[in-house]
Amino acid sequence: MTDIIRLTAAETAARIASGELTAVEVAEAHLARIEAVDEKVHAYLHVDREGALAQARAVDAKRAAGEPLGPLAGVPLALKDIFTTEGVPTTVGSKILEGWIPPYDATVTKRLKDADVVILGKTNMDEFAMGSSTENSAYGPTGNPWDLTRVPGGSGGGSAAALASYQAPLAIGTDTGGSIRQPAAVTGTVGVKPTYGGVSRYGMVAFSSSLDQGGPCARTVLDAALLHEVIAGHDPMDSTSIDAPVPPVVEAARSGDVAGLRVGVVKELGGEGYQAGVVERFNESVELLRGLGAEVVELSCPSFTYALAAYYLIAPSECSSNLARFDAMRYGLRVGDDGSHSAEEVTALTREAGFGPEVKRRIILGTYALSSGYYDAYYGSAQKVRTLIARDFERAFEQVDVVVSPTTPTTAFPIGERVDDPLAMYLADLCTIPVNLAGNAAMSLPCGLAPEDGLPVGLQIIAPALKDDRLYRVGAAVEAAFVAKWGHPLLEEAPQL
Amino acid sequence: MPGITREEVAHLGRLARLELSGEELDHFAGQLDDIIGAVARVSEVAGEDVPPTSHPLPLTNVMRQDTVRPSLTAQQALSGAPAQEQQRFKVPQILGEEA
Repeated sequence: MTDIIRLTAAETAARIASGELTAVEVAEAHLARIEAVDEKVHAYLHVDREGALAQARAVDAKRAAGEPLGPLAGVPLALKDIFTTEGVPTTVGSKILEGWIPPYDATVTKRLKDADVVILGKTNMDEFAMGSSTENSAYGPTGNPWDLTRVPGGSGGGSAAALASYQAPLAIGTDTGGSIRQPAAVTGTVGVKPTYGGVSRYGMVAFSSSLDQGGPCARTVLDAALLHEVIAGHDPMDSTSIDAPVPPVVEAARSGDVAGLRVGVVKELGGEGYQAGVVERFNESVELLRGLGAEVVELSCPSFTYALAAYYLIAPSECSSNLARFDAMRYGLRVGDDGSHSAEEVTALTREAGFGPEVKRRIILGTYALSSGYYDAYYGSAQKVRTLIARDFERAFEQVDVVVSPTTPTTAFPIGERVDDPLAMYLADLCTIPVNLAGNAAMSLPCGLAPEDGLPVGLQIIAPALKDDRLYRVGAAVEAAFVAKWGHPLLEEAPQL
Repeated sequence: MPGITREEVAHLGRLARLELSGEELDHFAGQLDDIIGAVARVSEVAGEDVPPTSHPLPLTNVMRQDTVRPSLTAQQALSGAPAQEQQRFKVPQILGEEA
C-alpha cells in the first residue's frame, strides 16, 4: 500500500486526477497523521477537520462529474495562522486575537480554495510573525521534527514542521525577514519568498508592510512551484500587488538546467560566526553547481553588513504603526471594560494583557525610532541603508544571474536558548534579511546535514525582482543532484516520530 | 547616540498604549538599550547624498474605480466586536462624566 502522507504534492494530485486515490482518502490519511504525531510536534494551532473533509468531498464530486480539476486539486495544505479564513479561527499566534473568527478569506486563502486545495488547518507561528524560533507563540512552541528539543525556526515554524513531519505536503508561510526561508533551512524543507508584491497581502495580518511577503513551502522544489503558481498574481485588493504576469516558475522547476548560469557568492554572507558544518555544506553546494556547468563568481556587497541593523529599525517602526489597530474596540480581546476605565485605558490594559514580550519590545523600539528627534538618526538612516542594499544587489545582478549563500548561520538551536536574548535571536536572519529590504526573490532548499550535529542545512538562492523562475531552475538542479548523490530525499533521514 | 532609560521606556509605553508593569520596565530597558546600541550603526554608513527607500516598489496612488461593490454586512463587520449595540461597536467611555 502506498504511504499517502509521504507522496509529493505533484504525485498526490496526479493520483487523485487518475482516480487511484480519492481526495477524501488523502485528507483522512493526513488527519490521522496529525492525530498521531502533532501532540509531540505542535505544528497546528487549529485543525479544521470538517472543513478539510468537505473540501475533499467536493473535489471527489467534481472529478466524478467530469469537471476540470486544478493542478493541486485535493492536495492537503497547512496554512500559517496569519491568513484570515472565513469561519475558521485566526490568531496570528497572539492572545489578542484568541477566539476571533474572521468574516472573510484572505486572497491567498481564496485562491487555495478556488484551486481545490484542501486546507487542513492553521499552523503555529511566532506572535505576529515576530521571531525566529516559534517560541514567541502565545500558544506554546513547536518542536523541530529532526529533534523535538530544538526550534523549527520562525516565524513560520509550524508550517515547516508540518511538512517535515508529513502532516501536510504543502504549506503557506510569510517572510518579513526570513520567516519562510529560515524555518525551511532548519527543518530540511523548501521555502520561497517571492518577489515583493508577487503574492497578495490582502487578509494577511500586517507586521511590516513594506517587507511582508507570503509564499509557498513544500518538501520539493516542483511542489513549491506548483503552489507558487496557485497563490501568486495581481490582486486589486492589495495596492502593492504587482500587475505583471507570474514568472514561469513551474516550467523552470521542470527544466532545472543551470549550464552556463552565472552564480554569485557574496563575501559578506558567510565567514566568521558561521557554524563549521553549515560552511562545509554550503561550499559543497557551490562545487556541485560548478559541476553542473554553472560559472561561480565571487562578489562583495559591503552594505549587507548593515542589513540586520536597518531591519531592526524598519520592521519595528512599521509594526508599531500597524499594530495600533489592536485597540480592543472592533474585534479581539478587551480587558478592563468594567465601567471604571476610559476607552484609552481599556486599550492600554488590553494591549498589555494581549501582546507577548517580543511584540511589546518591537512596538516600543519602533515608537522610539519614529520619535521626533530620533527619526533621522534611526528610521531615516535605516531607509538610506535600504537604498544601499538595493544598489549592492543591482551591481551583483549585473555580473551574475543568481546569488547563493547559506540560509542561516547555524542549524536549529535548542528551545529556550535564545528566547530572552533578542540580539542572539535576531542573528538567525542575518543572511535572509537583505532580500526583504531590497524586495527581490529567494528560496531555501536542503543541502545536507551538518556533520557535528546531524541537523539540516539550507542553501539560499537569491534572484532579482520578478525573476522568481530562476530560483526554481537552480533549485531543481541542485535538488536533483543532491538526491542522486544521497540516494533519497534528505527528509528520509529524519527520525521516525 | 543616547541610550534608553527606564523612564523613557515608560514614556514610550504610554505613547504606544501599553500599560507596562514595573518588572517589564526594568527588563525591557536593559534589552532595548542593547538593541539600540547594536542598530545605531546605521547612521555611520549612508551619507547625505543617499536617498531613502521606504518601499521596494515604485508605486504611487494606486486607486480603484469609485464604484459600489459588495462588502461585509453590518452583522459580519460586528461579528468579532467585544461589545455592540444597535448595529454599532460599543466602546467604553471616551469623554469625562461632566461633559
